[in-house]
Amino acid sequence: MSKLYSGAEIVFKCLEDQNVSHIFGYPGGAVLPIYDELKKFNSVKHILVRHEQGAGHAAEGYARSTGKPGVLLVTSGPGATNAVTALTDAYMDSVPLVCITGQVPTHLIGTDAFQECDTTGITRPCTKHNWLVKDVKDLAEIMHKAFEVATTGRPGPVLVDIPKDIQFQKAKYKFYKKAKKLNGKSHDNFSQKNIDDLIELISKSKRPIFYTGGGVINSGTKASELLRELVNATGFPITSTLQGLGCFPADDHQFLGMLGMHGTYEANNAMYSCDLMINVGARFDDRITGKIDEFSPKSKKVHIDIDPSSINKNVKVDLAIVGDIKSVLTSTLKTFKKTKKNFSQSNKHQISKWWEQIQKWRSKRSLDYIGSEETIKPQYAIERLYELTKDKDTYITTEVGQHQMWAAQHYKFNKPNRWMTSGGLGTMGYGLPAAVGVQIAHPKKLVIDIAGEASVLMTMQEMSTAVQYNLPIKIFILNNEYMGMVRQWQELLHDKNYSESYTAALPDFVKMAEAYGCVGIRAKTPEELDDKIIEMLNINRPVIFDCLVDKQENCFPMIPSGKPHNQMLLGPKDQKEKKISGKGRTLV
Amino acid sequence: MVNSKSAYSFAGKKQKPDTHIIVVWVDNEAGVLARVVGLFSGRGYNIESLAVAEVDQKKNISRITIVTTGTPQVVDQIKLQLKKLVPVHKVADFKREDKNVIFKEMALFKFVANNVKLNKAFQACKNFNPVILDKTNKSNVIQITALRREIDKMSKNLKKFGLVSVSRTGAVAMTRGSEIFR
Repeated sequence: MSKLYSGAEIVFKCLEDQNVSHIFGYPGGAVLPIYDELKKFNSVKHILVRHEQGAGHAAEGYARSTGKPGVLLVTSGPGATNAVTALTDAYMDSVPLVCITGQVPTHLIGTDAFQECDTTGITRPCTKHNWLVKDVKDLAEIMHKAFEVATTGRPGPVLVDIPKDIQFQKAKYKFYKKAKKLNGKSHDNFSQKNIDDLIELISKSKRPIFYTGGGVINSGTKASELLRELVNATGFPITSTLQGLGCFPADDHQFLGMLGMHGTYEANNAMYSCDLMINVGARFDDRITGKIDEFSPKSKKVHIDIDPSSINKNVKVDLAIVGDIKSVLTSTLKTFKKTKKNFSQSNKHQISKWWEQIQKWRSKRSLDYIGSEETIKPQYAIERLYELTKDKDTYITTEVGQHQMWAAQHYKFNKPNRWMTSGGLGTMGYGLPAAVGVQIAHPKKLVIDIAGEASVLMTMQEMSTAVQYNLPIKIFILNNEYMGMVRQWQELLHDKNYSESYTAALPDFVKMAEAYGCVGIRAKTPEELDDKIIEMLNINRPVIFDCLVDKQENCFPMIPSGKPHNQMLLGPKDQKEKKISGKGRTLV
Repeated sequence: MVNSKSAYSFAGKKQKPDTHIIVVWVDNEAGVLARVVGLFSGRGYNIESLAVAEVDQKKNISRITIVTTGTPQVVDQIKLQLKKLVPVHKVADFKREDKNVIFKEMALFKFVANNVKLNKAFQACKNFNPVILDKTNKSNVIQITALRREIDKMSKNLKKFGLVSVSRTGAVAMTRGSEIFR
């Protein structure tokens, strides 16, 4: 007879089987039996966070920078509810997470026991699936299934709720067997006809554009390589969503920059005026499309996505290809190379007018800003940070707000998995714990959280985690004392009524760094900025960098509202020249 | 900027909504109904009626029949979102007007009245396979099977014969002919 293991042991046996090397967690009453077994399993290292939300975001950072699922272990009740924000964040941005929660003993469920909550009920809408384990004999199977659901198809978070008595009970361990078909949930069933149709559209188009998103990154590094190959082979322009940054090199001349609400003038205008839009792994999010009725009115739209429910959800498309980006791009390239040799040369003439038009839009230089010698412009700070770190294979996380958009606009990403940001849910406080997770996964790499002072205060406690595990993360705060994006909207849309968007009584971040046992640096002028950044980069410990920036600076370009809704609002430089005209029809 | 404070709060053009009957085959496990119903409420879809019961004890399969209204785009989303749920095996979708599909609902009527009225009540139900399930000298319980609208109408019209209580199921559906939905 094979050996019997306790539920708690089975949890770790499953984690070992799934090649999990790190879990992020926080102990508590209902998970104590699991924590009790931790020391017996050397291959699984536990990272103690300071708040369960931090565990979730750290696991997200780990997952997004490696492509492997992130694992978190938290207790029942408040442990589980604190993790809900991170689970929702992961659900919106398709990040594979496995969340293991403790639960009160089976016989106490439903009695309003101490630290009881309906965890599976609460997390049902923010996970791909969740399980309440009622019999220890099912535990191993459920754990393996959890990993499978989290990582297959469109990735996402899952949750396994394990009552305390189940953790003590004993059962046989079942090894992981890869299922051939996951309940019909795998969607790689596009046809050669789809591919032929796509290539037909590509060869006919006069004003084409690739619109790529996070799906390319989720499909693995190979998918990014294939995308580069295809974009080069076609000679078409390409733009990317916030989550897709890095899947195509930002310094390539075919790249038009990010699109959407704070996207570049050329990217948004190209999306509006194109005759062929090839959406690769993006989801027509409202921050991209703006007013749906007038979104890219003259184009044929192709949508390549692994999730069938993404097709025609927001925007009706002409050709839908449901499948993993990697396999779709592989098939496309194969056929393309066979039938369209030297396409980029032979087709050059057909799209030359289109490129000329794009160059005209480009010459607007929509990301320009008015420099200053007295105060640090936030865009300047990001530019300098980029220049001084671009040779280092840097991993960037961000919080949410103006700094996030500036980072997306001015930091140039050339590789996938280097950019971790909360896009769908827009979770302030994401960046610091995510940086912890990234640094755990890549101990030797440079990891920087580009932060705002308001966001970073939401999960500041995780600095303590960084110090405990000697994680030399760099928290680069663009400090303007405002919730900048809130202030910007109030300025532009609410008659400058700055209701509650100023943070009085901010802490002294340098002293705070010292209190946490890490290093604090402050930069006040553009003159000293470079030296201070270099100083930060030379410190092999966690650093909080308090960069005092212009308090009034707004994030442009922007598609705001009402009247300017059919034209882009460009930066102050352009506004002065009064160049905005009806022609700036940037509805995306 | 009079219309809106945000660029992203404009609702698009509305399509015309239709009534659909969605049939979902699911693993009969704890919480599965909550997943299906939660998906509807969470994404703002309608449920007009709902019928659910296990249909295969051996394989633990339940069949959920949901009557819903929505634009073609919404109904498509409902199907695709349902298919994403892990315990869902297959999803069928029928238009209410579809002649190849039988839809039925069952209702129980309780009448409290004198014998004359009770007889009239039974007569009025004649077209809907009435069965008398219980009878005393001043009351009876009649079961009928019919379409939703017919039951609506009946429960209104039967008031005058002493109808005091109505209990009804959601619609269930099955295709006509020898074919089954795979």
